[in-house]
Amino acid sequence: MKMQEYTLSAHNFEECMKCTVCTAYCPVVPANPHYPGPKQAGPDGERLRLKDPYFFDEMLKYCLNCKRCEVACPSGVNVADIIQSARIRYSKSKPKLRDRILASTDFMGTAARPFAPLVNAVTGLGITKSVLDATMAIDRHRTFPKYAGKSFEGWFKRNAAASQEQFKEKVAYFHGCYVNYNYPQLGKDLVALMNALGFGVELLDKEKCCGVAMIANGMYDGARKHAAHNEKVLGKAASSGRKILTTSTTCTFTMRDEYRELLDVDNSSYRDNLLIATKFIYEKVNSGEVKLVFRKDYKAKIAYHTPCHMEKLGWGVFSTGLLKMIPGAEFTILDSNCCGIAGTYGFKKENYAVSQEIGKPLFDQIARIAPEVVACDCETCKWQIEMSTGLPVKNPVSILAEALDLEATAKLNQHE
Amino acid sequence: MANNYKDNEFDVIIVGGGITGAGTARDCAMRGLKVLLIERHDIATGATGRNHGLLHSGARYAVTDKESATECIEENMILRRIARHCVDETEGFFITLPEDDLDYQKKFVESCLAAGISAEVIDPKDAIRMEPSVNPDLIGAVKVPDGSVDPFRLCAANMLDAKLHGAKILVYTEVTSFIKEGDTVRGVKVVDTKTGQEAEYYAPVTVNAAGIWGHGIAAMAGANIGMFPAKGALLIFAHRVNSIVINRCRKPANADILVPGDTVCVIGTTSTKVPFEECDNMHVTPDEVDLLLTEGAKLAPSLASTRILRAYAGVRPLVSADNDPSGRNISRGIVCLDHETRDGIKGFVSITGGKLMTYRLMAEQATDVVCRKLGIDRSCETAVIPLPGSEGGKTEEVSKKIWAAPTTAQKASAGRAGTRARGISFDNSVDAALVCECEEVSVGEVKSAIENLEVHNLVDLRRRTRVGMGTCQGELCACRAAGLLGKAHGCTERAEKDLRSFMNERWKGMYPIAWGNTLREADYTQWVYNQVLGFNVEE
Repeated sequence: MKMQEYTLSAHNFEECMKCTVCTAYCPVVPANPHYPGPKQAGPDGERLRLKDPYFFDEMLKYCLNCKRCEVACPSGVNVADIIQSARIRYSKSKPKLRDRILASTDFMGTAARPFAPLVNAVTGLGITKSVLDATMAIDRHRTFPKYAGKSFEGWFKRNAAASQEQFKEKVAYFHGCYVNYNYPQLGKDLVALMNALGFGVELLDKEKCCGVAMIANGMYDGARKHAAHNEKVLGKAASSGRKILTTSTTCTFTMRDEYRELLDVDNSSYRDNLLIATKFIYEKVNSGEVKLVFRKDYKAKIAYHTPCHMEKLGWGVFSTGLLKMIPGAEFTILDSNCCGIAGTYGFKKENYAVSQEIGKPLFDQIARIAPEVVACDCETCKWQIEMSTGLPVKNPVSILAEALDLEATAKLNQHE
Repeated sequence: MANNYKDNEFDVIIVGGGITGAGTARDCAMRGLKVLLIERHDIATGATGRNHGLLHSGARYAVTDKESATECIEENMILRRIARHCVDETEGFFITLPEDDLDYQKKFVESCLAAGISAEVIDPKDAIRMEPSVNPDLIGAVKVPDGSVDPFRLCAANMLDAKLHGAKILVYTEVTSFIKEGDTVRGVKVVDTKTGQEAEYYAPVTVNAAGIWGHGIAAMAGANIGMFPAKGALLIFAHRVNSIVINRCRKPANADILVPGDTVCVIGTTSTKVPFEECDNMHVTPDEVDLLLTEGAKLAPSLASTRILRAYAGVRPLVSADNDPSGRNISRGIVCLDHETRDGIKGFVSITGGKLMTYRLMAEQATDVVCRKLGIDRSCETAVIPLPGSEGGKTEEVSKKIWAAPTTAQKASAGRAGTRARGISFDNSVDAALVCECEEVSVGEVKSAIENLEVHNLVDLRRRTRVGMGTCQGELCACRAAGLLGKAHGCTERAEKDLRSFMNERWKGMYPIAWGNTLREADYTQWVYNQVLGFNVEE
């Protein structure tokens, strides 16, 4: 008898054994009774939707797309992909003006940056928050990330581009919207760090927002356009053999996995070359190719939060591995727990309470440990944790740049 | 009819609780007769529940059997009206593959049109756009009004309507002999198969609607019907690969129909003559599985790599007309026998042959004979009056009328029960909770089935609600449903025994295709029941 050698299904939905561990691991299920949970929304719902699209449930919008279900699944079912692609295929709800604003990170950044002091002052006002809450359902508790007066790209061109020529080995850097418009310091830290390790940094040929917020807000055509553009520029960098580094887990994850799984954009041209900066550095240190010299006077109590998408990537070990090397650090890895913000999700008034409930165990643990700084590779986790704990959150790249004796490190890493 | 009946006296006794018996009971009851229906097991346990669930357009028979084709298309259009909640209007394709003769298509289309079946030749490229799963090598496609029909739902709805018109339904009751006076059948002796209790029932007319088992029933009454048990095996895939029925445009052969039915799709069938002794215990063989998979993948290549849920087989109640060894060339036509004129046995009628599609017409013909014998002149209304649950429109319309913002389980219940879903309670968190997660069956829906639809055990419940028919094959739902049944029947021991037998019944259908995910699932299920619930399924 000829048995089938293998079976295939979209996002592996037929591999589901109905064990329900995904639902047990879902952070939304205990916080929001309206959400059916990943098993029902994902593989179970898929069979019904294939029967009749009428079975699409708009409650699927409550999925954070944190991918914790996929990490938990012992059968390799891409549960969150099933849910997100169902939203793409079947959802009839159109993004609201608010959703469009929240999702258009690079457009908003470009528009707001020249007026940064004014915009920052206005968005920080209590009255503005009340108005946004009342008119646009952006929760009043949230503070918009501040816009920087000068973009990272502008700084790089003026202050760093020329000096990169001296390095033989180079890496490309996808900085993302947050570094460019809101927090150029992280990009500056990355350049300083990579230079100290003996690598020159170059920017891509006009990157665009990865589009994650567009996917989350139902702006799929826009997201596909961004994906197609980024595929070209990332592919170009990869074709010259460059590794493409990032400092944001979500941008990385989106361009590495979501383009392919949700937007049907073939990203094989660059997928293997795209990695989070800490992974690149850790592997170089591990192989002995680069050496680190830490400052003797650096002392800090650090607690590391693993972003959900970092867990999905399986790369948290590289960030923590590097942070653990810091001699002066008192280091704790926080329990695996979603912070609850999930990008633009937590900004929405209707999600605020759920968002905070999801993050509560994390905030409580941070409060118990009382670190001086929380380390995290994701900017939206950073906003959430800063707002909810009052503690500063820094990217491991920035912490490394601070903890290293950059000059001494640079001397050891002059590659031939 | 007269009102002075004793409790065990009826106008008509119908033997057989398949779709033909159910349809006949409904028709007789609607024409004012006092009806008793007797079924040895549960409703729809024979060929009724063991077929494709194809709402034939008749196109399959157009070239070889015009009479059947015409009957099919007429009944097809009737069922779309009277059994809306049982029917899915999917449309159907007859595709020509490179190895088939494209000339047959012309003959096929002409024959369809002659039988009154709309048949539209479409460009293969359009066919691929409309049905992406279809074999992309196809060289021709014809669109016909095929669809799918849920035979359990259809049978249950006919039973329910018969009951609403005063019929008495006795399931798990077996006819042991006929009560005869000379050459006249006066009634039947029966035994309750659960309690062993014997009883006698009387009626001036008895209708044999027992499908392939009608051969034995007729013999018991002293008549001989030359029946031909033709086994057909089918495979159920775990989800809908196609949304349009796919047939091969050639002379009917093995495994050339792929039907999307509810959440699954079904490929079939084979056709082999089997001895009567085997009819009660059908097994699907490895050769049949091979054939179904190989031929099925020609219709939709992705079937070769799609998870299979189960294999099953049924027996067509064909009436032998010639010495065809395969049974393919026998007419699927209706055979209505008045044994008074045929065999000199008064008060006994057999209705057989035919198929699921033509059950209503079969019932009408049988009821006409019964009425003639009883001297009743009332016309048949089953073609115009909708079945209970089918008074509304599609699932979406029905559920929107009942609930402002229907949940998935509510939508699913409206899909299964039609307008009768209104009677299902979702009022509290217990009733709204799910029993079956794969098929979205709520506690309320299970309770409603137990109360209204003659549910004695888990298999009965499955036929009426789809509990246990999904991907997990009872892994999560069976124990929950057993709990509800135990409560309803007030007996935990019975529920436990029932659960064991249900899980073994599920395994029987998985066994012929137990590899890959299906085997993993079965293994996991066994672990859950043995290790977590402390329940030995094999006991």
